[in-house]
Amino acid sequence: MTTKQFMFVNRKAPYGTIYAWEALEVVLIAAAFEQDVSLAFLDDGVYQLKKGHQTKGIEVKAFEKTWGALEDYDVTKLYVDQESLAERGLTADDLAVPVEVLSRAEIGKLMEAQDVVLSF
Amino acid sequence: MAIDLNGKSYETDEEGYLINLGDWNEEIAAYLAQQEGVNMTEQHWEVINFLRDYYNEFQIAPAVRVLTKAIGKKLGPEKGNSQYLYELFPYGPAKQACKIAGLPKPTGCV
Amino acid sequence: MLHIINKSPYDRPALDSALATGEGAILLIEDGVYAAAKGGKEEAKIKAAMGKFKFYALSQDLEARGIADRVADGVTAVDYAGFVDLVAEYKTNQSWL
Repeated sequence: MTTKQFMFVNRKAPYGTIYAWEALEVVLIAAAFEQDVSLAFLDDGVYQLKKGHQTKGIEVKAFEKTWGALEDYDVTKLYVDQESLAERGLTADDLAVPVEVLSRAEIGKLMEAQDVVLSF
Repeated sequence: MAIDLNGKSYETDEEGYLINLGDWNEEIAAYLAQQEGVNMTEQHWEVINFLRDYYNEFQIAPAVRVLTKAIGKKLGPEKGNSQYLYELFPYGPAKQACKIAGLPKPTGCV
Repeated sequence: MLHIINKSPYDRPALDSALATGEGAILLIEDGVYAAAKGGKEEAKIKAAMGKFKFYALSQDLEARGIADRVADGVTAVDYAGFVDLVAEYKTNQSWL
């Protein structure tokens, strides 16, 4: 199978819409087919990674646990936009998984380098 | 769709996967295994329990490659290989074992 | 009037539109609760409108998003029962799409 570089761009907050969860499903599918997968979190997408989600009250799955499985799927390239974090009063310490914090311009360059970019 | 077993009803989807994870018990697991033509041994239960633990931890059913790797890490390389797992679950360790474990069809399994 | 906002203020201008109507109460639910997160850029809007509006946020949605421990001062967290009380308290209410 040919391997392509896929970047999934996450721009939506979790739970309010289905985009974030759908993106994660597609990420896992791409990874299961042994593609070279990376994730970028911009705008409200950075909220997906926020630590301490307690979703019992709204009766949906929390993301936090599933981030832990990404490593098993060999998905280790997680990029987070510095400006989006700052605007929301967040830092890398507020996030549930280790990520690489980059400027929007740096993320732009990574996007340029991909074979496929999918936006959620 | 539903399975009626010993006075209890278990809702399933069109492919026979349990709808409610909470419905699962060893009795329904044994029944699902029988439907799949799998004769449950201690080795089978080990994989089933591993899958249920994995799901509890990460909330997803792992794809076969991931399952193989994760089992290898936890139970040793002699079990973490596809030959061993396919011998136990000939129609696909992830797909078939997930069904018996009462989990959804693995993400990435089409 | 009670304005119910379920969109993130960083993504959509629903909160701005509601605030521009003048006065009343704002109930933040779903992704709307991000407006009430301390330290964010949008928190300033709530602070500025504090004299004209009362602010509420649904606790289940704050908890789900991991921000229940950083709710802006002056915003009251309410549960589903509190949600119902608010809707009953105000003669009119509007869910901003």
